[in-house]
Amino acid sequence: MRSFAEIEAEIDGIANAGLTPQEAVARLVAIGEEILEHWIIARGETPTLEQKEGFRLLALHRQGAKGDPSFNACRETARELAYHYNLITLEPDHPDTRKRVMLAAMVARHLCLFISGKMEVAGLGEFCCSSRPLRAAGG
Amino acid sequence: MVDVTEKARKYRSVAYYPGCALEGTGHAYNVSTKAIAKELKLGLKEVKNWNCCGAMEVKNIDPKLQTYLSSRVLSIAAIEMGHEVVMAPCNGCYHNLKKAEYDLAHDPESVEVTERLSKKAGHATYKAGQVETIHALDWLKATVGEDGIKERTKGKLAGLKVANYYGCMYVRPRHIFPEKDKGPGSESTTKPHFMDDLLAAAGAENVDFPLKTACCGGAHTLSDSDTSTKLVLNILQAAEASGADVIATECPTCHTGLEMHQVRAEKRFGKKTNVKIMYFTQLLGLALGIRPRKLGIQSNISDGMELVVEKRLT
Repeated sequence: MRSFAEIEAEIDGIANAGLTPQEAVARLVAIGEEILEHWIIARGETPTLEQKEGFRLLALHRQGAKGDPSFNACRETARELAYHYNLITLEPDHPDTRKRVMLAAMVARHLCLFISGKMEVAGLGEFCCSSRPLRAAGG
Repeated sequence: MVDVTEKARKYRSVAYYPGCALEGTGHAYNVSTKAIAKELKLGLKEVKNWNCCGAMEVKNIDPKLQTYLSSRVLSIAAIEMGHEVVMAPCNGCYHNLKKAEYDLAHDPESVEVTERLSKKAGHATYKAGQVETIHALDWLKATVGEDGIKERTKGKLAGLKVANYYGCMYVRPRHIFPEKDKGPGSESTTKPHFMDDLLAAAGAENVDFPLKTACCGGAHTLSDSDTSTKLVLNILQAAEASGADVIATECPTCHTGLEMHQVRAEKRFGKKTNVKIMYFTQLLGLALGIRPRKLGIQSNISDGMELVVEKRLT
């Protein structure tokens, strides 16, 4: 898995990645899923493949919040990302589409910042070399 | 459906619980709330000898002690002062009083601890349901409402673009706010709108702002300041990208965080943002014709005076 810094860099560059608005927002939703997977894997769980309200993103959020009510502080952030996906894919020719993609990127960035900060505070660290379950498994 | 008339009657005179923040960094929220009450002839009677609601510090260590601390405030408001309603403008206080109410209705252990500590402290034990806790937004929405605001302000905020920022504690967790999500007239926990409604009634243009309930990083401010600054910077940049002139706030912790990290983002990361930050009570106060000084606008760190003059809000 990628580091949060790498994820953030992709979010920052999404507007200039040569993607159509629909591709860009689909990519942002996939990034949102990747961010939530970090949290779930660091807690020693397997990320769900299920969907909630048509989005794996929302199912992953629900999984991540189980047993940790404070994680719901990012519930609406995840939902906003799903909302922007619907907005952009249903109205790709809307005059505000460019702005909507930019705002969707900011929502994805917020999710990334919130979860990376939460992992830091929870002592889970960044995924890969420093995540707690992996450290524990590796001795 | 919500019984608007009954609420308007009940909320016209309330016990006022400013909480610790409004006596310190949230001073401007305190004075602007009181100024609005005076202008609209609404009764605010400060809870006598109130104490801290237990905020995050006590709650993180001993949630039942936090329930007791909040219950003492509720006990004074309901039993000693005889109020039906206590109004808390701070999201943290509002959340904690609601949580205490929920715990005392559902958790026998919380009831036992509260009874024991109330007896030891020598005051009447608060019992669930003796008083109703509301936020400043509930208070103004029910007593004056959009029609009242429209009539009194004559669209004074026209031309002002506002990003309404509620923070994450106003609607979370859902189970402690049983009155929300009850259809027309009630507040939504997924898309809160009371502040949007009130400011739009005063003529403001609410922008589409996707981070209205996003975390401001308040809890990380001391332990991980850089993350807090980045979270706030993202909120400020999103507000600017949405076209907002000003972010309206309804929580002193969020407000202070936005102001403080706006300065820090520039110093630490060289990222300057120009969007202003004002309490919704300050904006409504301006719309009602109250002078900026009486609303504490001069004590905001985010200097809103230029905007007030530019938009002819005074």
